[in-house]
Amino acid sequence: MPNYYQPEIETASREKILEIQNEKIVKQVRHVYDNVKYYRDLMDAKGVKPEDIKSVDDIKKLPFLSKEDLRIAYPYGLLGTDLKNCVRIQSTSGTTGKRVVAFYTQHDIDLWEECCARAIVAAGGTNEDVCQVCYGYGLFTGGPGLNGGSHKVGCLTLPMSSGNTERQIQFMMDLGATILCCTPSYAAYLGESLAEAGYKPEDNKLKAGIFGAEPWTEEMRRGIEKSLGIKAYDIYGLTETSGPGVSFECEEQTGMHINEDHFYAEIIDPETGEVLPEGEKGELVFTSLDKEAFPLLRYRTRDICVLSRKKCSCGRTHVKMSKPMGRSDDMMIIRGVNVFPSQIEAVLLKEGYPPNYQIIVDRVNNSDTLDVNVELPPEQFSDKVSDIQAKEKSLEAAMRTMLGIGPKVHLMPPHSVERSEGKAKRVIDKRKLHD
Amino acid sequence: MAVKQLTAFIENQPGKLKTMVEAISKADVNIRAMSIADTKDFGILRIIVSDTDKAKAALAASCVTSVIEVIAVKMTDKAGSLAEILGVLDKAGVNIEYMYAFTAPADKGAYVVIRVDDNVSAEKVLKENGIETLTDAEIEAF
Repeated sequence: MPNYYQPEIETASREKILEIQNEKIVKQVRHVYDNVKYYRDLMDAKGVKPEDIKSVDDIKKLPFLSKEDLRIAYPYGLLGTDLKNCVRIQSTSGTTGKRVVAFYTQHDIDLWEECCARAIVAAGGTNEDVCQVCYGYGLFTGGPGLNGGSHKVGCLTLPMSSGNTERQIQFMMDLGATILCCTPSYAAYLGESLAEAGYKPEDNKLKAGIFGAEPWTEEMRRGIEKSLGIKAYDIYGLTETSGPGVSFECEEQTGMHINEDHFYAEIIDPETGEVLPEGEKGELVFTSLDKEAFPLLRYRTRDICVLSRKKCSCGRTHVKMSKPMGRSDDMMIIRGVNVFPSQIEAVLLKEGYPPNYQIIVDRVNNSDTLDVNVELPPEQFSDKVSDIQAKEKSLEAAMRTMLGIGPKVHLMPPHSVERSEGKAKRVIDKRKLHD
Repeated sequence: MAVKQLTAFIENQPGKLKTMVEAISKADVNIRAMSIADTKDFGILRIIVSDTDKAKAALAASCVTSVIEVIAVKMTDKAGSLAEILGVLDKAGVNIEYMYAFTAPADKGAYVVIRVDDNVSAEKVLKENGIETLTDAEIEAF
């Protein structure tokens, strides 16, 4: 039985959706042009006027925005309204350059939470459910987004935030959680921890899980579904567009419906920037159709995926995107956190180490591990193991502050970090993230 | 008198130590004493050699090295003599980082190499208590 939070919009005809999008994009481009000088300059440089955009077909005339633009415009350069109209910020971790700070008006929060509510209802959520949210709360969008969506649906919300597995299990069992929201790797870990604590999959009351913020495979999905006795749904989003809920899975589990009444999606060739026809693999680009405070137009996500308009058995008419199949930049998602090699390099330089390092990412017991091999400069060498270990600890702490997750640092002799010809092989990702 | 200890950083991989020891032997330097501290990721080789400068030069190409001063104490071969030495250092508030032992065939003596946080105080109290320490010249002559 299909479940919709907003049936009239979620199952609207293609014509109706286009009508909504066309109406919104005209207003949105005008709003951005009038309020965001940074984007106005980009449009002027390209010779595009707001009146040139009459429908979503004209979106391809607009200039792209990239993470680099966000860096240049940090923090207020892409703000679309007065700060006094804003009620919240959310942010990703990282250096000033890599950190995304997104602003929200109450309207923006509402539409974001509605998107999350659609995802929860699609997973079978109603006001009779107990929704356990163990995404991190705070600047990270995961916790606040699903928390807000859960409120909108009317679920009893358990705002657990991340970590403290023992307490998660206790609340899950004592309060009879029926829906679990977290990263897929944490869901898998919870499954194992429940088994270790002697619980069988049928002992918990969970029926569904909404998992996102990091890549996961079909194989992982089946493992989580088995260990928790649930159906596992994927959810996608990024801070730049709002947060989780930009797209979400229905019971068909064959891709995520993009909330097209709020976000217009394009697939482009990452090299040429050319829009690719439906069904072709390329970089996903989003245009926010009605956000006020942080209205990004043609934002390049760097996620590589495919869009499909094949009729879905759930009755939803919104376009579906595949799971991201990779990145068109060097960003890694580790334990749900976006990490760039350049952030690690910045810490090394600041702490007086040469930029000779190697990042090794792996997944051990369903949890991502991040190891950084760093060459020890001769002048920092000591005959005492404790000195070298203290240096490792201090680098780990500096990286944790920068990245938001803790790596394991290994100091190595000079010239021992592998160099491939010309360009060093900086990252070894041993995880199998894509089917 | 303190003596020179050559210290080298070694990757925790098969063959690494052998390469280093071979380089020292090619330089015709004799290793008098050695100790290796190991962690999961790396090792620290600590050696007392017949010619520290030559050994350091021999290793320069392949690894990071440093030379520091340690104290080599001559021990009498009887129960309690190490305890006595440590007691003297303890009383003076000298902290020991690590230590290792070796014997010298020339005088059949037993020696203990002690790395302390304060060489000056250590040498002073050892001398005051009549405990003999080795010099670089003595080590070279072994």
